[in-house]
Amino acid sequence: MPDLRRNVRDAFAAGALSIALPMGIAAAAELPDAHEYSQVERGRYLVTLGDCAACHTDPRREGPFAGGRRIETPFGYVAAANITPDRKTGIGSWSDEEFDTAVRRGVMPDGKRLYPAMPFVYFAKMTSEDVLSIRAYLKTVAPVERSVQSDQLPFPFKIRALLRLWDALYFNARGFTPDAVKPAAWNRGAYLVEGPGHCAACHTPKTYLGGDKQDQKLRGYSIQGWFAPDITNDEARGLGNWSLDDVSDYLKKGHNRFEGAAGPMAEEITNSSSKMRDADLNAIAIYLKGQPGQSASQKPPAAGADVMRAGAAIYTDRCSACHKADGTGVAYLIPDLAGSTSAASRELTTMLRVVIRGAQSVATRDEPTGPAMPAFGWQLSDVQVAAVTTYIRNSWGHAAPAVTAAEVRNARTSLTKALD
Amino acid sequence: MVRKLPAKDVVIVGLGWTGCIMANELTDEGLDVMAIERGPWRDTATDYPPSYAPDELRYRIRHDLFLRPEQTTFTFRNEMSQTALPIRTWGAFMPPNGVGGGGVHWNGETWRFAPSDFVLRTHLTQRYGSRFLPADMTIQDWGVTYAELEPHYDKFEYLCGTCGTAGNLQGRIQEGGNPFEGPRSRPYPNAAQPQPFSHTLFAKAAAELGYKPFPQPSGNMSRAYQNPLGVRLGPCTYCGFCEWFGCGNYAKASPQTTILPTLVRKANFTARDNCEVTRINTDASGKRATGVMFVDTEGNEWEQPAQLVILSAYTIFNVQLLLLSGIGKPYDPIANTGVIGRNFTHQTISDVVSFFDPAKFIFNPFIASGSIGMCIDEFNADNFDHGPHGFVGGGYMGQVQTNGRPIETTPVPPGTPRWGARWKEAVRNNYQSALKPGTGVHGSMYSYRDVYLDLDPTYRDRFGRPLLRVTMDFHENELKQNAFLTDRFAEIFQAMGAQQIVKEYRKGPYDITAYQTTHLCGGAVMGADPNTSAINRYLQSWDVPNLFVMGASGFPQNAGYNPTGTLAALAYWSAAQIRGRYLKAPGPLIDA
Repeated sequence: MPDLRRNVRDAFAAGALSIALPMGIAAAAELPDAHEYSQVERGRYLVTLGDCAACHTDPRREGPFAGGRRIETPFGYVAAANITPDRKTGIGSWSDEEFDTAVRRGVMPDGKRLYPAMPFVYFAKMTSEDVLSIRAYLKTVAPVERSVQSDQLPFPFKIRALLRLWDALYFNARGFTPDAVKPAAWNRGAYLVEGPGHCAACHTPKTYLGGDKQDQKLRGYSIQGWFAPDITNDEARGLGNWSLDDVSDYLKKGHNRFEGAAGPMAEEITNSSSKMRDADLNAIAIYLKGQPGQSASQKPPAAGADVMRAGAAIYTDRCSACHKADGTGVAYLIPDLAGSTSAASRELTTMLRVVIRGAQSVATRDEPTGPAMPAFGWQLSDVQVAAVTTYIRNSWGHAAPAVTAAEVRNARTSLTKALD
Repeated sequence: MVRKLPAKDVVIVGLGWTGCIMANELTDEGLDVMAIERGPWRDTATDYPPSYAPDELRYRIRHDLFLRPEQTTFTFRNEMSQTALPIRTWGAFMPPNGVGGGGVHWNGETWRFAPSDFVLRTHLTQRYGSRFLPADMTIQDWGVTYAELEPHYDKFEYLCGTCGTAGNLQGRIQEGGNPFEGPRSRPYPNAAQPQPFSHTLFAKAAAELGYKPFPQPSGNMSRAYQNPLGVRLGPCTYCGFCEWFGCGNYAKASPQTTILPTLVRKANFTARDNCEVTRINTDASGKRATGVMFVDTEGNEWEQPAQLVILSAYTIFNVQLLLLSGIGKPYDPIANTGVIGRNFTHQTISDVVSFFDPAKFIFNPFIASGSIGMCIDEFNADNFDHGPHGFVGGGYMGQVQTNGRPIETTPVPPGTPRWGARWKEAVRNNYQSALKPGTGVHGSMYSYRDVYLDLDPTYRDRFGRPLLRVTMDFHENELKQNAFLTDRFAEIFQAMGAQQIVKEYRKGPYDITAYQTTHLCGGAVMGADPNTSAINRYLQSWDVPNLFVMGASGFPQNAGYNPTGTLAALAYWSAAQIRGRYLKAPGPLIDA
């Protein structure tokens, strides 16, 4: 019997850990030799931070970072590139400078511009040392020969030359500048969130051309059939009542005392934030908790409205067994609808999706349970879904406009096309 | 054409409680484990969500979670002189199907057997003399003791978050617990659930009669719990849809809510659902298992080679696979030789239905959980002197009323018409004030020479294999035991103030059509002597040392408790031996 196998595996894991831990949390360190193991290891961690695999690794096919995965954007699909060191179909023939230009400027060696689905807008904030470390790591992955047809967008978005105009509008090549009056952890958090973590790619509202609305940074945006919630310190709809540990628990474990992650965030947690260092997670929490919330309040339905009475009855009948009569749920298992500020989120995308279709929360090493919300779309009519979601969004201190049956109907229609 | 798959270190047949426990323990050891399950994968939110889990017609009446008799069934007769006929709808017990097995649809009753249960023949012979036992009673010692199993019981209880009140902590008797239980090393991980009205009333009356009532140990959570594997369970909502149902609230201990979330994350664990193992392969010597054959849903036949085979299907299917694979000597009741099929047992249960004054008693029977209840253990095991009574064995008894579901909860006093307006009126008048425990008297069934399993000479399954044949009847010892216990049970309801009491004694012949429990035991029993046991005290086959047989099929006779706690403890005990000893030197752990 292969008694040794586990020992070998454990030894490997322990070795990796002991190398990873002493890396420190400084955003930029002295530039090491390009082929030093520590630089490769640093790059490996940055690739995890940046969640490069989310797009560049196709979970249905062999070969990490060999590209080909279709990425849904508001304008159509694009396919992520092969970034293995294969010289023909990957990036093996690129110089380090060319790699840096692609990652931080969005321009490929042949002068073509990258679609901003590749988050170079955020990666521009990264230090040159970090980008070269990523490059050093990517040189170590197995080359895979796989050609990727990246242009799958319809006219006129397929005209890459127009991207020059987009870049002029939305791209700022300035790197990251630490705020001298803020503590080091805040600055580390800012670097991670705005740079490699590219949180704004999902969480910041976009213009009709898909550029970030800079005055609404991190205040939530609907993408890929989910609402990436407000992650500012907003009291009503953001992280206002989350402690720093709540934020880092959520990112590391996928669950905290209020909520569990599902959808694209579940994938991010699996591939990226669950593998981040605790100090980095704490830095991210400090930075996010330092972001101001939105001031505009939402208009709730009139007190005593019929829709609230109907919603309360449906809630008692269908929801309260798990989420409890007072909405508090079960910490780390059943979301706390009373304490969760995303219950009253600006957009309904996630709430309607979860009620209609159900959702599988993420399972992680620390929280392996992965509880799931069952679907109720087959059981509740549009009017009933509207009533119960209106009730949830206006109970326990939440306030939000009434949900309409038409909104539920539209959500059902778009969900028929959405992936899980 | 049989297609051969790449070899695995371990193949596990059946992914219920014991299959999951073994898979988790052996993957922790670094072994590459493949589990093969006959039924479908099952998950809480997708298979039994709260939006439709409480459906009595679908699950209780139409048996949604169970095996379909057209998949496979067995034949039954009471006596050897009869011709057995195939079962076409399940009755006396419910063969589980699917990932999680019986652990999905059980009530969560999580007992330990009494220390004397494990040394039964020795103990009874010493106390009462060998002539006190019926001549054809074939009870025997297990080869393992309570003290040896204690850490493994403990491990299972902490895995499940078992709720209860300890009665014996390291030898010190505890107030409010079962004073007859074996010493436990530490308290239950969770306190017992608060008890509804009728259960509380039962406990009060029992105490007044001089008994020591205690809450039944339960896998229904009294509070949110995170187990040592990191998996979380939620608090029970007392919905009353527990046994026969999956729990939609993550509140009942099951493989799904305790082990599987950890197991499926392991790279060295693989499961194949909807695949039925048809035989265990052995090499030319017959002394070594080489893997298993299985058939997928399209009828394709596959060979899964493995170095170690864990048989962890339901009791009768464990025995059937051993017989069909030619492993171990088949039991012959006439010659009294052989071991496979020997010492097959079930449970001896009965009930008392009691009617209270509707004007004074409102019990709200629908407020319940699967293991809710107050019990007494005075008449279990050898906790009382059997000498004057002329029988051995016993059982716990209690007001263990687990539901007030509408289709089945229609107790009416004797003399009420079976249908029509007067029946409806009686149901209406008595629903809130009548009591009918799930299994009120939960008695042991000891083993006999003529109660056994073998292959049917006539009937075959869809693969052309002989069906398993059950030959089973109650013996006088059990019927006497039941009459005595049922009378004691009824006295407590009398003391509670019942106006009318109906004693539903267990009577022979054994009835295969009416539900009793799913606690089939024996047929491939453990023991110290290879002439009277199929597996040694570590659950290792005497004949094929790289085969271990889990589950209640290993019980030499059945005790007066529910079996899950004991079969899970045995799985952990066996896993510890495999990890600690067998893997270092594969071979017999005990020389025959």
